[in-house]
Amino acid sequence: MRLRELAHSRTGDKGDTSNISVIAFDPADFDMIAREVTAERVREHFRGLVTGEVVRYELPQLGALNFVMRGALRGGVTRSLALDAHGKCLGSAILDLDVEGSTVRSAFG
Amino acid sequence: MKTVRIGAGAGFSGDRIEPAVELAEKGDLDFLVFECLAERTIALAQQARLRDPAAGFDPLLVARMRAVLPACRAGGVRIITNMGAANPLAAAEAVREVARELGLQGLRVAAVTGDDVLAEVQSGDYQLDETSRPISELDCRVISANAYLGATPIAEALSQGAEVVVTGRAADPALFLGPLIHAFGWSMDDWTRLGRGTIVGHLLECAGQITGGYFADPGYKDVPDLARLGFPIGEVDEEGNVTVTKVKGSGGAVTPATVKEQLLYEVHDPARYLQPDVAADFSGVVIEALDADSVRVTGGGGSARTGSLKVSVGYIDSYVGEGQISYAGPGAMERGRLAVEIVAERLKIMGVACQETRGELIGVDSILGARLSANGTAPREVRVRFVGRTDSLEEAERVGNEVESLYLNGPAGGGGAAKSTREIVGIVSTLIPETQVRTAIDIQEA
Repeated sequence: MRLRELAHSRTGDKGDTSNISVIAFDPADFDMIAREVTAERVREHFRGLVTGEVVRYELPQLGALNFVMRGALRGGVTRSLALDAHGKCLGSAILDLDVEGSTVRSAFG
Repeated sequence: MKTVRIGAGAGFSGDRIEPAVELAEKGDLDFLVFECLAERTIALAQQARLRDPAAGFDPLLVARMRAVLPACRAGGVRIITNMGAANPLAAAEAVREVARELGLQGLRVAAVTGDDVLAEVQSGDYQLDETSRPISELDCRVISANAYLGATPIAEALSQGAEVVVTGRAADPALFLGPLIHAFGWSMDDWTRLGRGTIVGHLLECAGQITGGYFADPGYKDVPDLARLGFPIGEVDEEGNVTVTKVKGSGGAVTPATVKEQLLYEVHDPARYLQPDVAADFSGVVIEALDADSVRVTGGGGSARTGSLKVSVGYIDSYVGEGQISYAGPGAMERGRLAVEIVAERLKIMGVACQETRGELIGVDSILGARLSANGTAPREVRVRFVGRTDSLEEAERVGNEVESLYLNGPAGGGGAAKSTREIVGIVSTLIPETQVRTAIDIQEA
């Protein structure tokens, strides 16, 4: 199942660092998402785009993860040659990740 | 319990104006805040001020004030804004001029100054955060240095009776924290309340981004009536807890999901969101729906501030030249790729000195790269984008010229060529001890 079915996200920028939140639509899915969407997996997903480390912060009471990706914005918003200098589009790309489906939830609607 | 209602009338300098008017007229507000300064805006404003000493503030200041001042004056709504940019004193005078034009004599307008620390960082021993190199290496290319001021001078200006407070660079959340400190008399070492007030400011500062803007994803996250997006209102209590809502009947939506997305927007470590007045802690925040378009945000806190202020340093970095051209129909992508190769080779042959270039196909690989964007089908139209960084404007112009000349000299069927150049004002940062920054408040009546 694609992460997009279970979670939503938003991207922010500061200098050459991008942060992406991943927020479960249903808090019941948070543990599974947290298990599957690791910092390592996110770094691998954005291989070639993100040059620095990826750090993950967890906010279980919000059902949310926050990924902080260094070296993600081609030297930073103000001087980047990229079309999307802010990296605003990155949050949509993370939702393409495959995660384990929640069969229980789909059986009960 | 006493509550204070704060509206956010703009989240960036080019933001829509009518939602602010709607807030001023129907929001039952105590304060209306306009946050209009992006990282680079103040450096550009400083350049404008060097050309004209009466300029250097937000170009939409006068239009915004004309639109909201009558309703704000009538309803006792006080305004706080960073639209002063590089020239808060001139901006405050422009607001008074609008007030006189509108017959709002006696309007008390304050300018907060002191954020301009260019002389201090140029004479002192300051290092850039990004490179750990001394600022002096940027030499004559530095055009501005502005410290992010905290909430204290804003709260003071309000306590002195200001009806409009105009700042230059101030931390965005401080524009909201200032009125809360003023209204509730919070002490400047009450870290929990200062932290919560910072959370309120952080949630509201991007205006429409918490009421359904930057959120809609059809079929997954639908938002009604984005063309009439309402801007947010925070109803804050003395403990610093807040209910986020908007004017009834306006477009958009306030839901736990919109609030959670905005809470984490541009946040790194949620437990240490460093601000001039406090290190705010978002990690314990609880978010719950009350009614339709009404969300309660409680908890969160903070710890002692660091004692240093972040300084944004603007400098002339480079020039960028860009050209674009489209190809369509069968083989569109192959012709686009050929176009990119030709331009790269032309720049070499012509000896155009680029520090860095990018050649890409919009719709194919320009945003996420070829691997993440691949979907197995050949696009029927592509737009070539070639961009190069140079040391001079003249060199930058040659980049776009090479793309434009593909019309006659490049692959078949190239259309819609466009070219542009721009000067790149880069932003780097440093830290300054708060004791090195002297703020002042100038209040005058219209």
